[in-house]
Amino acid sequence: MNEIVNILLFMVSCILTNNFIFSRFLGCCPFLGVSSKVGTSVSMGLAVTFVMTIASFFCYMIYNWLLVPLGLTFMSTIAFILVIAALVQFVEMFLKKSSPTLYSALGIYLPLITTNCAVLGVATLNVNNAYNMLYAVLNGTFSALGFLLAIVLMAGVRERLESSKIPACMKGFPITLVAAGLMAVAFMGFSGLV
Amino acid sequence: MTTILYAGLLLGILGLIFGLVLTFASKKFHVEVDERVEQVKNCLGGANCGACGYAGCDAFAQAVVEGKAPVNGCAPAGEKGIKEISRIMGMEAPDTEKMVARVLCQGESGVAKDRYIYDGYQSCAIAAGLAGGPKDCRFACIGLGDCQDKCKFGAISMKNGIAAVDAAKCTACGACVTACPRNVLKLMPLSQSVIVRCRNSDTARMARAVCMDACIGCGRCKKECQYDAIVVENGYARIDPDKCTRCGACAQVCPCHCITID
Repeated sequence: MNEIVNILLFMVSCILTNNFIFSRFLGCCPFLGVSSKVGTSVSMGLAVTFVMTIASFFCYMIYNWLLVPLGLTFMSTIAFILVIAALVQFVEMFLKKSSPTLYSALGIYLPLITTNCAVLGVATLNVNNAYNMLYAVLNGTFSALGFLLAIVLMAGVRERLESSKIPACMKGFPITLVAAGLMAVAFMGFSGLV
Repeated sequence: MTTILYAGLLLGILGLIFGLVLTFASKKFHVEVDERVEQVKNCLGGANCGACGYAGCDAFAQAVVEGKAPVNGCAPAGEKGIKEISRIMGMEAPDTEKMVARVLCQGESGVAKDRYIYDGYQSCAIAAGLAGGPKDCRFACIGLGDCQDKCKFGAISMKNGIAAVDAAKCTACGACVTACPRNVLKLMPLSQSVIVRCRNSDTARMARAVCMDACIGCGRCKKECQYDAIVVENGYARIDPDKCTRCGACAQVCPCHCITID
């Protein structure tokens, strides 16, 4: 029972308190780049969730079963990048064959995520926090769901900004960055929740 | 030393394994793509002009193979390309007459009267919005080159303040026709060499006042034509390409020189 409560709290902390974008500032590139429409931002968020979950799983195995026994833990970054890149490629091929619907829904976003720092970030964080496999995978999934939440909220804000009256000098990216900053401040309210 | 060796070996082996797995996966999960898509794509204009209504040449080729798009949907592919696509798809090439964009205005600078000197951003669409455009004639080519910018085949040039289409380079994709804010350009059959190069529908007096070469709708061409190919409607003459024999008699008698023979 205690364990279940712990896991639930962990999920909440991943999504809200330690939100990848608003408190760790990871994955800001797709957050700003792909958040102009709600539809595309959902696709991007789902693709990130998918990749981060399996990446945490595989990176956990590579780190604990290969790098630690060989005493090569300093190699974690480069090994993780290799794993993630290969994994995304493989998943793309697999999806194209087995589930064309999912493939076309994720579309271009799947290969884009290869170089997303949030994916590498979650693998490194799992190592730094010495999570076991269950927690590592949960961290991957729910941090990515936090990312999904953030990017969808942002897309909603930006769709509204489109039609609002904004001073010329603030149009486009300036007002987007201001909005992102205000959202980060709002998310600070969750700190200390867990 | 051993650490470096291990590090190198580990990365090398990991890379090798992933490489092998990916190679195997690309074979195993290979998705059959209809080879005709690639073949059709090679016959197209390749400019991604979008005149066919699809997102690009790739999408159009896909649609042709799936039977959703007509084989002659790509104007820039030309007669040869369309024949080749029909061959790939195993169909008869539909009869398509080669079209070309024609400029229906002769209002060069000096011929058409200027209303004011336009010194703003060089775009016909913007100039057209400013007090009805820099030329007095509201049907005239503005001559700032919106069509030239849109032409992906380099077929349009600006001469003396009006557009000129190089028929040899024109693929009749229609990009210029949509770009022109005045509808000066029109797609016509290439074989139709006798053209009325004016669309001024104002009264003779008003038309004459704004341009030396304006069609005044006098009807002399209509009288001269033995084949009944010319109609004068809305104040200007038009030639029916089906009836016209390209004899050129009308061009001889036109008092305003607005019928030309290519």
